[in-house]
Amino acid sequence: MSGFQTNNKVISWLDQRLPIFSMMQHSAIDYPTPRNLNYWWNFGSLAAFVLVVMLLTGIFLVMNYSSHTSLAFDSVERIMRDVNYGWLIRYLHMNGASMFFIMVYIHMFRNLYYGSYKAPREVLWWVGILIYLAMMATGFLGYVLPWGQMSFWGATVITNLFSAFPVVGEHIVTLLWGGFSVDNPTLNRFFSLHYLLPFVIVGLVVVHVWALHTVKSNNPLGVEMKGEADSIPFHPYYTIKDLFGIGVFLMFFLGFVFWAPNFFGEPDNYIPANPMVTPPHIVPEWYYLPFYAILRSFTLDVFGIPAKLQGVVAMFSAIIILFFLPWLDTSKVRSAKFRPIYRQFFWLFLIDCLVLGYVGGKPAEEPLVTIGQLCTAYYFAHFLIIMPLLGKLEKPKALPASIAAAVLKEKA
Amino acid sequence: MRKLILSAITAAGLMASSGAALASGGGEPLMKPGFSWEGFFGRYDQAQLKRGFEIFNGVCSNCHGLRLVAYRNLAAVGLTEDEIKAVASAREIADTPNDEGEIRMRPGRPSDKYINPFPNDKAAAYANGGALPPDLSLMAKARVGGPNYIYSLMQGFVEEVPEGHSIPEGKYFNKYFPGNAISMPPQLMEDLVTYTDGTKATVEQEAADISAFLNWAAEPELNDRKSLGLKVMIFLAVFTALLYALKRQIWKNIH
Repeated sequence: MSGFQTNNKVISWLDQRLPIFSMMQHSAIDYPTPRNLNYWWNFGSLAAFVLVVMLLTGIFLVMNYSSHTSLAFDSVERIMRDVNYGWLIRYLHMNGASMFFIMVYIHMFRNLYYGSYKAPREVLWWVGILIYLAMMATGFLGYVLPWGQMSFWGATVITNLFSAFPVVGEHIVTLLWGGFSVDNPTLNRFFSLHYLLPFVIVGLVVVHVWALHTVKSNNPLGVEMKGEADSIPFHPYYTIKDLFGIGVFLMFFLGFVFWAPNFFGEPDNYIPANPMVTPPHIVPEWYYLPFYAILRSFTLDVFGIPAKLQGVVAMFSAIIILFFLPWLDTSKVRSAKFRPIYRQFFWLFLIDCLVLGYVGGKPAEEPLVTIGQLCTAYYFAHFLIIMPLLGKLEKPKALPASIAAAVLKEKA
Repeated sequence: MRKLILSAITAAGLMASSGAALASGGGEPLMKPGFSWEGFFGRYDQAQLKRGFEIFNGVCSNCHGLRLVAYRNLAAVGLTEDEIKAVASAREIADTPNDEGEIRMRPGRPSDKYINPFPNDKAAAYANGGALPPDLSLMAKARVGGPNYIYSLMQGFVEEVPEGHSIPEGKYFNKYFPGNAISMPPQLMEDLVTYTDGTKATVEQEAADISAFLNWAAEPELNDRKSLGLKVMIFLAVFTALLYALKRQIWKNIH
């Protein structure tokens, strides 16, 4: 915790005018981090790493891509066949999107398990949800660009959701399409926005890290750092741990890129978009499937409210509800380690989300429709009933006096 | 570590749910002959690709296009430069306007993409009883099961339409085709082509060879991809092990 010092006159001169070196020293080297973070805390840096990979590969893809309906599909195939290492760049980008969501989902569930969203980290959590929302939008826009069958029909189905809103719905859809059907103007604006949003994500990540560095990391025990003994400097301890995590992650990621590059994709997207032919089974990308299942689980018009509107509202609510989580969870204890009952419900909730994902990817047939409806009900019950009640009813285990005390006890 | 394994299982579960989303409507489960390029070390068998090309060029290409593959690419299949020129010049394509502004037809060149058998989709459909023969450039990627689907479909024709199915006039029953009624007549038979390498042209052999060729057409980069992948993985394994050792060293006094 030395602060920034240097004998180099040039660096010293610059630092007095723009304290970039002091800031690095403060935020990336001395930055105090809990000494007990486990490997689940690697997924934040991994998500940031994937973001960089996505930006770099994306910038190179754009150099060879044409955002016109008559050229888009073939320009992607030209990248695959004729551009030097184009197949590598494109497969990195394609699989990188799935990797980004895997990393972020693990990051989010880690956060749910250890109660990281609770005071004083509510704003940190909010910014995280905003990043997630921006990712969902970016992923959807990007999936449309190759202009295959699933691009076209996915875009048609998803944009049509907005027509569910009364009065303004139809206008929103026309605005999204830039016309009266998904066509060239749609592709052009989607391309523009797909290039814009990642930089919005970068901005949000900066705010996310800013908020993090203000309130500091939570940790597996969920008790705040109290003194020197509880923390270690970020460098070298977490720089090396994050680097090791990136090495392991790269093997996982590149395993898909080199041996199963189309694992996460749909075969239909290798058929050029054709407005005259509807694929038998339109599915969004896997990372939206739980929400797709929630959307489709509303099948009856109630009190004159169309099922579609209910579904759309429920789907958006499923994410918006996350913003209220810091207050819906009434427990004072953060970590599930000390919450024996919540811990069970956490796993139930995770399973619920996985089942929703499975249902979302299947055709709407019984018994899956009913299963989807039950899981949707449980999804909301988890936040609206279980979380508020548990905080009141559950008797948490005794918390350790400090991080250092717990770590040293474990060691002994 | 146990938790990491758990996370891997979770991720695998997520993937399985996405993978399972791709159910096809053909009915019969696909045949899987086991292709040379499958698996960690799998590569294309060039002799097989060439046999597949001989079927494609002699039979399939009379109706189907291969518009994303250039004639020059056929070098990867084992054709010599002269053979490529010969294949390319077998069809004609509209030239750019000459000095007098006239557009003449000229023979194909190695730099051309595979020239379509029909001038446009309408003509293709008209010549084939109203059904458009799909372009085959990406067929091995654009169907669930990929090459296994092609392999199965080519052998999936049944002369006697099974009970409970009605096949319209001009269509054929195929066990693997979604909806079973396919417009393409059965194509493969014993000795459909005479392979230049002397391989006996059985129906299974032909089906496997054409699947291989079409998989190459869809994924010409596969050999490069897997061999680069192997080098990258070896590097990463060593590099990550070093990072882990360094991590242990740095953290020695903390835990």
